[in-house]
Amino acid sequence: MRDLHHLGVAELAALLKNKEVSAVEVATRFLAQLGGNPHNAFLDINSDVTLEQARASDAKLADGTAGPLEGVPIAHKDVFATKDFATTAGSKILTGYRSPFDATVVRKLREAGMVSLGKLNCDEFAMGSSNENSAFGAVSNPWQTSHVPGGSSGGSAAAVAARLTPAATGTDTGGSIRQPAAFCGITGIKPTYGRASRYGMVAYASSLDQAGPMARSVEDCALLLSAMCGPDVDRDSTSLDVAAEDFSRDLSRPLARAGKDGGALKIGVPRGWLTEIRDDIPIQLSRQLQRANPLVDVKIMSAIQTLLSQGAVPIDIDLPNTALAIPVYYIVACAEASSNLSRFDGVKFGHRAAQYGDLLDMYQKTRSEGFGAEVKRRIMTGAYVLSHGYYDAYYLQAQKIRRMIADDFQRAFAQCDVIAGPVAPTTAWKLGEKADDPVANYLADIFTLPASLAGLPCMSVPVGLGEGNMPVGMQLIGNYLDEARLLNVAHQFQSAHSEFHNAQPGSLA
Amino acid sequence: MSLTPADISRIAKLARLELAPAEHEQMLEKINAFFSIVEQIKGVNTDGEQPMAHPVDAMQGSAPMALRLRPDLASEPNDREANQRSAPAVERGLFLVPKVIE
Repeated sequence: MRDLHHLGVAELAALLKNKEVSAVEVATRFLAQLGGNPHNAFLDINSDVTLEQARASDAKLADGTAGPLEGVPIAHKDVFATKDFATTAGSKILTGYRSPFDATVVRKLREAGMVSLGKLNCDEFAMGSSNENSAFGAVSNPWQTSHVPGGSSGGSAAAVAARLTPAATGTDTGGSIRQPAAFCGITGIKPTYGRASRYGMVAYASSLDQAGPMARSVEDCALLLSAMCGPDVDRDSTSLDVAAEDFSRDLSRPLARAGKDGGALKIGVPRGWLTEIRDDIPIQLSRQLQRANPLVDVKIMSAIQTLLSQGAVPIDIDLPNTALAIPVYYIVACAEASSNLSRFDGVKFGHRAAQYGDLLDMYQKTRSEGFGAEVKRRIMTGAYVLSHGYYDAYYLQAQKIRRMIADDFQRAFAQCDVIAGPVAPTTAWKLGEKADDPVANYLADIFTLPASLAGLPCMSVPVGLGEGNMPVGMQLIGNYLDEARLLNVAHQFQSAHSEFHNAQPGSLA
Repeated sequence: MSLTPADISRIAKLARLELAPAEHEQMLEKINAFFSIVEQIKGVNTDGEQPMAHPVDAMQGSAPMALRLRPDLASEPNDREANQRSAPAVERGLFLVPKVIE
């Protein structure tokens, strides 16, 4: 048997069920991995809490009341509220905060039997694409520690890639599950907006925020997603009233029968998302995209070729407003953030400035000390686009273009079943390389933002190594509530190319 | 269009942020860099498009879904002590703030 920390969710669940290993043994092995906090991936670890959960899981495994994932470890992105661990959202303003309740997603995963290893580093309030915006230090990429792990769920991706945990939760507002999964060579899925409850998720942009699992294989992601989702209608007004599903049910279906019509799967390839047809992208973006490494495109093309060899057929589709997704996303997300983050005022929880005069001064000093530079920029941008005289020109116009982007996808899905393309124009960049250039970070989100704005399910699957031997991720986008088909396609790909998601960073060898 | 230093001061006040002079200058530069990629949305013809506030509404097709409301019934236990545990200043179950009314 391979060492326990190299095993995935399904493998560990089977060993635990067959009593070949105990939950306490598994937890102890993973806790040993966390010594010295490799990659700065964790923000809170408490072995007493973890081992207590593991002992409770062992009792359930013994008396026959075990959940489907009983005793399997997981770690949570620090934007999920947890009773037993600190919750900071990567921000100084929540230093010392202890939630009186667990987020619904955390509760559901515990009910399925999972044992929590702790909380994972992320960009402050999930605002970022490199994890460099955390108030508690950047996370390094296990494939090359001089590089970023992506963001905002950078701690989650790094921890899974470095075998510190077999699984992690992430959240995706504009790409924060898919892009770090791609940069760290793991698998991650953001379900349809509203599938997973937002109750207990620290809010960034409420019309976009969505939780999802990150693990090494599609099979593991399907198990985790099945446990995380389900209606939470009394606690989240945007939770979809759609019954929980077994997302693993279609994994083994051949692509020749995976289409909506029962025939061959139709793969939509967006015109303009791959290099040779990028000419129609507006000038503002061309500078950035010219820097995109052609090796990313080569890997994506070859992955699509694999799907075709498995029985899928290609469809040329058009998502003409792709480039507009960047300004539209940053207007909408910043507007919502400026409203959501007004709750951090130094009164009810978290940090309060030590010295202040009147109430207004207390608010200002508390917020100025507590928030980092990127969070302040997004709050300011949001306040501006919502302010009198600018609302129609920016916020309302962005909401109208958001509709056009969602409609573009519906036109595409009239022709195809699943869309395939890159997650990001490049592989992971060096720590510090774009730290002082927020716009460069924003532009790199081009391929993940459109599906976020539309609220569609989408995922990242590792497809090999690109520039500098860093991982490349293929993005798959499905129509609303079509996660099972998305996972079906991704699993078929992984069955043909298990070397990509089973590869481990050289630093572990 | 570019924002001016006065715009930055005005928004900072709206957002309850206090910016040090160097921070103010950085903020102006970076927000203007962002608005340089935003201006392209002004030229987009959006006549007849319904603003999309929410993905759930796109999922329902052309008829926007009403936001759900639950019955107005108490569903959470009153756990004031746990809820106030992380507050910076509390006395006898009340949040303390600087004097507001003289």
